[in-house]
Amino acid sequence: MNSISRRRFLKIGAATAGVAATAGALSKFTQQAVKISSSVPEKGVYTIPTYCDLCFWKCNAIATVKDGKLWKIEGNPIDPMSKGRLCPRGTGGIGSYYDPDRLRKPLMRKNNRGQEEWVEVTWDEAFTFIADKMNKIKSEYGPEAVALFSHGIGGNFFKHLMKAYGTPNLAAPSFAQCRGPRDAGFRLTFGEDVGSPERTDIENSKFLVLIGSHLGENMHNTQVQEFATAIERGTKLLVVDPRHSVAASKADWWFPIKPGTDIALILAWINVIVNEELYDKVYIDKYAIGLDKLKKTVSNNTPEWAYPITGIKAELIRETAREMARYKPATLIHPGRHVTWYGDDSQRSRAIAILNALMGSWGRKGGFFSPVSMDIASYPYPEFPHSEKGKVDNPDKKYPFAHETITTGIREATISGKPYPVKGWFVYATNLIFTLPNEDETIKAIQNLDLMVVVETQPSEITGWADVVLPEATYLERYDDINVEFFKEPFISIRQPVLEPAFETKPGWWMAKKLSEKLGLEKYFPWNNIEEYLDTRLKNSGYSLEQLKKAGLIKGDKQPIYFEEGVTPEFPTPSGKIELYSEQLAAYGLDPVPRYRKHEEPPPGYYRLLFGRSPVHSFGRTQSNPILFDMMKENEVWINKFIADKLELKSGDYVILVNQDGVRSNKVKVKATERIRQDCVYIVHGFGHTSKGFVRSRGLGASDNQLVTKYKIDPIMGGTAQHLNFVTIERAA
Amino acid sequence: MARYGMAIDTTKCVGCMDCVVACKTENNVPEGLNRDWIQTIVNGEFPNLTMEIRSERCNHCTNAPCVNCCPTGASHYDGGGIVLVHHDLCTGCKACIASCPYDARFINPEGYADKCTFCVHRVEEGKDPACISVCPTYCMTFGDLDDPNSEISKLVKSRNNHTVLPEAGTSPNIYYLIGGNNA
Amino acid sequence: MLEITNTRMNHLIDPSLHIWGWEIPVYLFAGGMVAGMMLILGFFFFKGREKEVDCVCTNLPLLSIIILSLGMFALFLDLEYKLHVFRFYTTFIITSPMSWGSWILILVYPVLAVSLLLRLPKFVSKLIPKLEQYSNKLKSNRKLVKSVGILNMVLGASLGIYTGVLLSTFQARPLWNSPILALLFLVSGLSVSAAFVHMIAKSVYERELLAKADNAFLVTELFVIFLFIIGMVTSTKIHQDAIALFLGGQYTAVFWIFVVLMGIIIPLIIQSLAISHKIKHTPLAPIFVIIGGLILRFVIVSAGQYSSWY
Ligand SMILES: Nc1nc2c(c(=O)[nH]1)N[C@H]1C(S)=C(S)[C@@H](COP(=O)(O)OP(=O)(O)OC[C@H]3O[C@@H](n4cnc5c(=O)[nH]c(N)nc54)[C@H](O)[C@@H]3O)O[C@H]1N2
Ligand SMILES: Nc1nc2c(c(=O)[nH]1)N[C@H]1C(S)=C(S)[C@@H](COP(=O)(O)OP(=O)(O)OC[C@H]3O[C@@H](n4cnc5c(=O)[nH]c(N)nc54)[C@H](O)[C@@H]3O)O[C@H]1N2
Ligand code: SF4
Ligand code: SF4
Ligand code: SF4
Ligand code: SF4
Ligand code: SF4
Ligand SMILES: [Mo]
Repeated sequence: MNSISRRRFLKIGAATAGVAATAGALSKFTQQAVKISSSVPEKGVYTIPTYCDLCFWKCNAIATVKDGKLWKIEGNPIDPMSKGRLCPRGTGGIGSYYDPDRLRKPLMRKNNRGQEEWVEVTWDEAFTFIADKMNKIKSEYGPEAVALFSHGIGGNFFKHLMKAYGTPNLAAPSFAQCRGPRDAGFRLTFGEDVGSPERTDIENSKFLVLIGSHLGENMHNTQVQEFATAIERGTKLLVVDPRHSVAASKADWWFPIKPGTDIALILAWINVIVNEELYDKVYIDKYAIGLDKLKKTVSNNTPEWAYPITGIKAELIRETAREMARYKPATLIHPGRHVTWYGDDSQRSRAIAILNALMGSWGRKGGFFSPVSMDIASYPYPEFPHSEKGKVDNPDKKYPFAHETITTGIREATISGKPYPVKGWFVYATNLIFTLPNEDETIKAIQNLDLMVVVETQPSEITGWADVVLPEATYLERYDDINVEFFKEPFISIRQPVLEPAFETKPGWWMAKKLSEKLGLEKYFPWNNIEEYLDTRLKNSGYSLEQLKKAGLIKGDKQPIYFEEGVTPEFPTPSGKIELYSEQLAAYGLDPVPRYRKHEEPPPGYYRLLFGRSPVHSFGRTQSNPILFDMMKENEVWINKFIADKLELKSGDYVILVNQDGVRSNKVKVKATERIRQDCVYIVHGFGHTSKGFVRSRGLGASDNQLVTKYKIDPIMGGTAQHLNFVTIERAA
Repeated sequence: MARYGMAIDTTKCVGCMDCVVACKTENNVPEGLNRDWIQTIVNGEFPNLTMEIRSERCNHCTNAPCVNCCPTGASHYDGGGIVLVHHDLCTGCKACIASCPYDARFINPEGYADKCTFCVHRVEEGKDPACISVCPTYCMTFGDLDDPNSEISKLVKSRNNHTVLPEAGTSPNIYYLIGGNNA
Repeated sequence: MLEITNTRMNHLIDPSLHIWGWEIPVYLFAGGMVAGMMLILGFFFFKGREKEVDCVCTNLPLLSIIILSLGMFALFLDLEYKLHVFRFYTTFIITSPMSWGSWILILVYPVLAVSLLLRLPKFVSKLIPKLEQYSNKLKSNRKLVKSVGILNMVLGASLGIYTGVLLSTFQARPLWNSPILALLFLVSGLSVSAAFVHMIAKSVYERELLAKADNAFLVTELFVIFLFIIGMVTSTKIHQDAIALFLGGQYTAVFWIFVVLMGIIIPLIIQSLAISHKIKHTPLAPIFVIIGGLILRFVIVSAGQYSSWY
């Protein structure tokens, strides 16, 4: 390839980043007068510690205010999770304060749901309306008919309010749309789950296997930092991904696996490891049961068997199984996080758990550490009312190992009215339109409601379907609950206001408390303000708010985190051991040892739609953040170069993706690349906004979730698999 | 005399752009403009690919054409060889922009030529440049290339590395560390 | 396969440099044209043949001042920090052609002013009759006239060369990175100004004299273009890629049709026919030459910004 076309490539690459915006917009916004928290002087430089909310990792940060203007936000050096460095989203966090599209005032719906036409109301009007509806629902259907969808620590006070009101239906998408299958798979195996932050000891691993987990694009800060440390230390890296991810580019082995066949690969590894007796014998003998049954079940799953399924050569599978075993127990097969892919995800996670067990990595250095935490008293609240009906999301334990509430289960019940009707939704910080598969079902459920309240900072798509929108102050303008972290070192941390809430926004705790008053539930909010609440908890634990506010975080004493350091190996499964063969699953007629089952494949002319993360955005929540918008304005669809040539498409062209159900995406730019297989395409999640309120980000890029009309439910825990959709590619007009 | 430079380990860099975001906030770089950026070079054919990810910015060249061509002396070598622009001397003639083979410069909306300053305001306080101080992979090192005992000199000596477009004759001072040792 | 992506998307820099729009080509064209005029003018002053070429010697100084001022105004318009324009003159930077240029431009004005005095156009002397006296006084000093001729030629050549050197020192833009560019701009300046004179000259002698000169310049220009291309083609890969913009790349059509064919070859043919009285003299040819010269600057400035090391 000559330089002229190289240059052209460069242009295309640069062009894909989007049209240059009018320069200076951000600086203009920064120049606007802002209200500084009363504790901050008007002149000079001042820093306030808090923790980040650009994702759910909760890195500790220090915000700097200069002459009354928010200047920057950096990691808190004493934080064991951020080690003083935030990820790009956290560093761009001040943009959430300066976001020109932010919600400013409480809004009530003017016309039909979804039309996004509003009347601005006072907080009192909004609360009165909500309380009247909630009381009515309670008297007609019982308190269980109101459900809360909430994501992140900010939702704590709403969860509290809902429990006080009497509903057990509180759900987060982080279970059924994210890590639920992994947690179920690990619980079934080790009796405990991987947690968040994950208990993976990446930095000390000697052999690291990433199955999908696209660290480096997935920017969960601590993991990325540890990943880099591992690379520097020369950790062997194996990446299994149909796409040449950033992590794959650093790997000793990249397995561009056929999507949906990972279980076959893992079983083949297990096959080699048990047959060649490469597992940690002492560990397995002592802590595990079911090895024989495992061995028997996987006896046919040879690398030769796996090759035609996965496309990974038998020799490579065998070689890497042996390599893996060489480094045990510091061999870490990363459990992944967003694992709701194909509907047998709990089983894939179990296969991963079993492989880790064979390596003896659970509880060991370089594998999975045992997280430690501090004892912080909860607030002495009165007891919650008891719910007779039980949860609505999982009737008759249809999904026997769902240990959290299933969002999509609540949605299903809202549509069908079974096992009992759901008439009110409270949505806190989760954009259900972008988050739950099959948008139509979400809308259908919403249309059955008598009350739909959304607490948001931005005019996200879900706000468009609300009756009442409550504008929350951003994380930089409010207190939230104390974060009691479970990690390598025990610590607690605080989120506190750096600036006073802009416009008429209010913190969540204030909304919950005010609503409790309207609902006659004030006894559940006995404190006058949040400082009092926080201080009570801290004082009862031997600390004080003042102390925590100053430092941002307080660490507890170091404690052992590995078996070899003295942690007692405990496996809270029914057998008290690691269950390589699961009687629990067998009892429900489910595979006690994971099996490979073939998934539907794309018909000719169709490509499987895969998706993931961009390092500079969180889901669909940062596209209007002016700093992060500047980093990446729209997503691109990755198409294998050969396929692109065949379709006569080149990088920078716009196309429309049409899925198997005829759903058409917004136009999206092509990235013709060698970095992906021919049978799938890939886009970054969170783009293609449609809400009127997103002035700049609206209409840029394509939304993966819009194309996820088809999904499968994991029979073990009710997770919704999303990698089952196929698209064709049409040139955009 | 010091000669400041950076050594950036491409084996660790993940191209996350944290360095770009940090530069934006630290230096209030206007929207639509960047003092640093990520260049990704992929070589090969599926599935045999190599990829180099580079965090790039002004190379603070020792033989800087942007300084040579500036008609007013606005572009100059400052302490430690850092190439800077005096805003009050700059006419915005853009000669320096045209002269930089790395396209590292741009016109600030206020009218002057702008680019990476190596965060002198931080360096003077003994801190690392902003981009380095946030990097979650710890892949960047700032320091004095003339001091054989500095961490950067040791890295450049011990690790395989390259600069960008050395053939342009600018003597760039940012070194990209690549795989393997130099021993 | 090589895939390069870049997250930078700086305004006016990406995807390819376009910091210089119409102002710089217009400025370079004006500079080149004035350079040509000064060379021609200076030559006749030096030779003492002012009377033979009355049109040249009475019109060019004033026209040069006007055209140069327009060019400098275009340059001024291009400055992003206009209030700081005086900064060009608070220093002299030896390594900066732009610095030389600004000083050359300043020196050009007095020389042109004196030249203007030497052959005052009628309307000027009517306007300020007093000038007539000064003019007559100076005219009588042959040595002075000769020196003014030399100064015009020296400064004209400097100016013309400068307009090319300005670009050719930008190592970063391979297409510009040829010493022949200075020669090309100089010759093109000459051809444009010669064309201009023979377009406006009333005397047949003067017209044909300059048309002949123009033909010579045009032939030279063709040769210089040939040299320029050969130089690039035989240089490094980067330069080969740059010149490919004219040899099949996206500037090929404009360059060969507007600059070479319509700006040189066709007027050359027309002018040759006119000189040999096969056809009547027509302003069409010089207009083509002038437009061709202007387009040459546009093409070179634009394509040069497009060419790069990557
Ligand atoms: N910057 C940023 N970081 C984030 C987030 C964010 O929004 N932005 N979100 C955070 C959250 S909540 C989560 S859950 C995580 C998600 O991050 P991960 O858990 O890493 O995400 P996944 O969706 O599992 O992985 C996506 C990768 O899987 C690959 N893949 C797709 N299909 C298959 C397959 O069949 N087999 C294999 N082996 N690979 C496949 C894709 O090519 C892609 O590289 O990221 C977290 N980190
Ligand atoms: N198609 C598809 N679906 C997915 C995924 C995918 O990759 N593709 N990923 C899945 C995964 S892994 C997860 S974890 C979930 C995540 O699902 P969500 O939690 O729904 O993710 P976000 O899109 O970040 O939505 C969060 C919303 O909260 C708002 N918000 C941000 N900060 C605040 C605040 O301080 N207060 C309030 N009140 N609101 C705030 C944001 O504006 C945003 O609209 O999505 C899952 N669903
Ligand atoms: S990982 Fe990034 S976005 Fe998430 S909390 Fe940490 S710094 Fe913030
Ligand atoms: S912050 Fe560090 S890892 Fe991220 S792109 Fe910049 S240099 Fe690379
Ligand atoms: S990189 Fe460009 S701007 Fe920086 S010193 Fe070198 S030539 Fe000048
Ligand atoms: S734009 Fe400013 S710094 Fe650059 S060359 Fe012109 S005067 Fe010098
Ligand atoms: S050194 Fe400073 S100015 Fe230069 S790129 Fe890094 S943060 Fe920006
Ligand atoms: Mo997630």
